[in-house]
Amino acid sequence: MSSEVLLDNPHEMGCTGLPHRKILMWAFLASDCMFFGSLISTYLVYRGHSTDHPLPEDIFDIPLTSTSSFVLLLSSWLMVLALSAIQKGKLWEFRLWTLGVAFFGSIFLGFQVYEFTHFVHSGLTLKQNLFGSTFFVLTGTHGCHVAIGVLWLMSLFFYSFIGGVTKERSLDVEIAGLYWHFVDIVWIVIFTAVYLLEYII
Amino acid sequence: MHIEPVKEKGFYDFLGRQVEPKGLIGWLTTVDHKRIGILYAVTALLWFLVGGIEALAIRSQLAMANLRLYSAETYNQMFTMHATTMIFLVVMPLAAGFFNYMVPLMVGARDVAFPRLNAFSYWMFLFGSLLINASWLFNAAPNGSWVGYPPLSLFQYSQGHNYDFWLIGLQVLGIASVAASLNFITTIINMRAPGMTMMRLPVFVWMTLVTNFLVVLAFPVITIALAELMFDRTYATNFFNPMKGGLPIWWQHLFWVFGHPEVYILILPPMGIVSEVLPVFARKPLFGYPLVVGSGMGIGFMGFTVWAHHMFASGMGNIANAAFALTTMTIAIPTGVKIINWVGTLWKGQIRMRTPMLFALGFIYQFMMGGFSGLMHANAAHDAQQHDTYFIVAHFHYVLIGGALFGLWSGIYYWYPKITGRMMNEARGHAAFWFLFIGFNTTFFPMHWLGLNGMPRRIYSYSHAQGWDQLNLLCTVGAFTMAVAVLLLFTDMFWLSLKYGEKAGGDPWDGRTLEWSIPSPPPVYNFEEIPTVKALDDFWITKHPELLHHEEDSAAHAAGAGHGAHHVHHDDHGIHMPGGSWFPMFASAGFAIGAWGLVHSGGMYHIKEAIQPALDAAAKAGVSWDQLVSTAQTVVSSKTPDAQNILNVVNAESVLKLQACYNGVKTAIVGGVLGVLGIFLWALEPIGGYYIHKEKEEHAGE
Ligand code: HEM
Ligand SMILES: [Cu+2]
Repeated sequence: MSSEVLLDNPHEMGCTGLPHRKILMWAFLASDCMFFGSLISTYLVYRGHSTDHPLPEDIFDIPLTSTSSFVLLLSSWLMVLALSAIQKGKLWEFRLWTLGVAFFGSIFLGFQVYEFTHFVHSGLTLKQNLFGSTFFVLTGTHGCHVAIGVLWLMSLFFYSFIGGVTKERSLDVEIAGLYWHFVDIVWIVIFTAVYLLEYII
Repeated sequence: MHIEPVKEKGFYDFLGRQVEPKGLIGWLTTVDHKRIGILYAVTALLWFLVGGIEALAIRSQLAMANLRLYSAETYNQMFTMHATTMIFLVVMPLAAGFFNYMVPLMVGARDVAFPRLNAFSYWMFLFGSLLINASWLFNAAPNGSWVGYPPLSLFQYSQGHNYDFWLIGLQVLGIASVAASLNFITTIINMRAPGMTMMRLPVFVWMTLVTNFLVVLAFPVITIALAELMFDRTYATNFFNPMKGGLPIWWQHLFWVFGHPEVYILILPPMGIVSEVLPVFARKPLFGYPLVVGSGMGIGFMGFTVWAHHMFASGMGNIANAAFALTTMTIAIPTGVKIINWVGTLWKGQIRMRTPMLFALGFIYQFMMGGFSGLMHANAAHDAQQHDTYFIVAHFHYVLIGGALFGLWSGIYYWYPKITGRMMNEARGHAAFWFLFIGFNTTFFPMHWLGLNGMPRRIYSYSHAQGWDQLNLLCTVGAFTMAVAVLLLFTDMFWLSLKYGEKAGGDPWDGRTLEWSIPSPPPVYNFEEIPTVKALDDFWITKHPELLHHEEDSAAHAAGAGHGAHHVHHDDHGIHMPGGSWFPMFASAGFAIGAWGLVHSGGMYHIKEAIQPALDAAAKAGVSWDQLVSTAQTVVSSKTPDAQNILNVVNAESVLKLQACYNGVKTAIVGGVLGVLGIFLWALEPIGGYYIHKEKEEHAGE
């Protein structure tokens, strides 16, 4: 397989000079923008509509969430390193960085699990009030995206041991990277709209 | 010509990416865009019969005052499923059938960019459509109209699984549509033949591109709306629950932010078809190609700015009403531009009144009528009178049947020879046209009057005193006339012309676009040599150099002698064709099973909440869940409360329902895992496929 397959494969490159999969991924991300856009607007429209406590100011822990956000941002940096490593053909470095991304992503997820449990214990559930409904569904959906990303990166990690990830096929990593960066950026928007906004307005 | 399979590796051998699959397995594993196109179209046409029967049921019930042909509850299911079916299971997939079959041919490609993803889209669509219709078997068909407004659609007000079927079914169909659209966007942008610049793309391809962008951008919004409503119903969230501060109107906003682009998703592909048919049968280039393309894009953009014209009567306030009235009237401009251009195409053309042309002309007239009534209720003040009356029903049937469906039928008659290799019968085609045209106008024109006379939408019956008797009867007569046209089309398509139609040859209409440059039906690899394109309507210009007006194009053409002469050199490997694959169907079957589970988990937390005291009592008494369920079974069958007096009959029934919900969740998890597994296997599957080699002597002619 490897290089031969790619060069051999007429279904890979297109007339714009871009690989098909990259175009697909960009179009998908556009779609995902609308997806999160709808969720975030739901959250914002319902801000201040809750009829019961707890409300954001009762339970948010900004230092904690800032920490997890920072970890997620760091993972994006590792993602860049992983891609650059595989593009240079440095397989071991690639494995290291990829594992790092997945690890940081998992830490973020761990924080989220902790946060969710903590909130539930403070009385915020899906059905408690509108804040609970909108908050859990929005951040939970984002968490699912992160989890899918972790799964994807781990697949690449293991795949690299049977020769599936090579310099010639670095596109696979690039696509996963696009997805990962996007999920990170969405988190920045969510973090701003959901957490930081509480301290502004 | 001989075929050489690609050497496969490892454990995938036994599943094999089938080389030249044959028979049923060939269809189940196919990744060929032409086969998938046929699958889409045939499935859509079958649902068209179902949706049509529902329509006749509706019209029969309304034929006379005070009729009671079947229950009001069934009536609600009828009109809800009629709309849902026609929109999501007929017009969209029929258009998708044409995208699949025609787009690669028209851009000069051998397949779509992602053949297996394409198959996945089809299977998701098929399973989604089966899921949503399976609701009939449980007497739980969706019953609150295709817009599903809460609070009526909340669990508190509709406790059956009707809405769960609707929500999850649409969710599955949405995944299918988005996946397909991503594929076509990539195909159109990235797989054009050499020289096929964007401004040389056939208009149908352009409209496909715009439509698919609309799908990609509008469907996520409905996905979220559906998910929120589903959470409200299953997990007792409060998104649309007014008791907890939720806003039912927010559903309307989300729904119509999707819903209005959706109506353009329905109409743009037929507009593209008509833009192909008119030039061919007027024997003239399309008038103002860049304008037609540009206004198509304009419609696409502006489609996102008008959604609240569906909510004029909801009390949004004057400013919002005025703003949306304005944008709505503005969107009529690009629509009008297109109509002018179509008429300009006909002007001084040598018009041939073949069946596709008839339908295209019917399209122009009827779509225009629908546009006019649209403009009338674009005026918010006017709409206060018209909203939710039969006037609206008349409007959207003029654009959807008179427009979209006539356009699609035009496409069927136009491309049938390409797909089957046989011509459709002209006499029967004309008959079908006139039955449909007269039947359609008889059915829907009187609805304008009925609406203005105050007949509301979605009513089960009416009394003599209201004075709507004669017009309603007329509508019903019209509906049955249309049914005749449908029967004519079906017998013609699937039987008479298929069997006895005259052989078509590659280019029966003197066509303009690349699909006519190859044999009918096209060989599996489409083009022996990928063509090189030198102008808009390249194929036609090659055939009729004397008709060439455009100087730039003629200069370009002077450079080369003829069509077949310009081709990229293809390498020694021959033509690579992808092999079939089981995984698209496997993955979508997994997700469909998961969806089935989700449907049956509907109402879970609401049910649980209602019997929480009993559950607590059971927990206190040390009764496990399994024991509780078996107790509940005895209580329900014996109709007496149990000895410990934890469960009365009503509670016991709820326990069983809750148990069914839990089983639903389990099924959902299993299905989801299977689906993901399918995707993994698919991603790891080697490229496989086979090479087609042409023998030396076949080259001799060139
Ligand atoms: C000139 C272009 C158009 C204008 C100005 C227009 C305007 C409108 C308005 C204002 C309404 C809301 C009426 C009400 O509920 O009170 C409406 C409803 C509707 N329109 Fe159009 N429309 C146009 C074209 C189309 C097209 C091309 C389609 C589909 C192919 C379409 C499909 C529909 C449907 C399905 C509804 C009813 C939705 C429902 O309530 O179930 N319209 N239109
Ligand atoms: Cu609209």
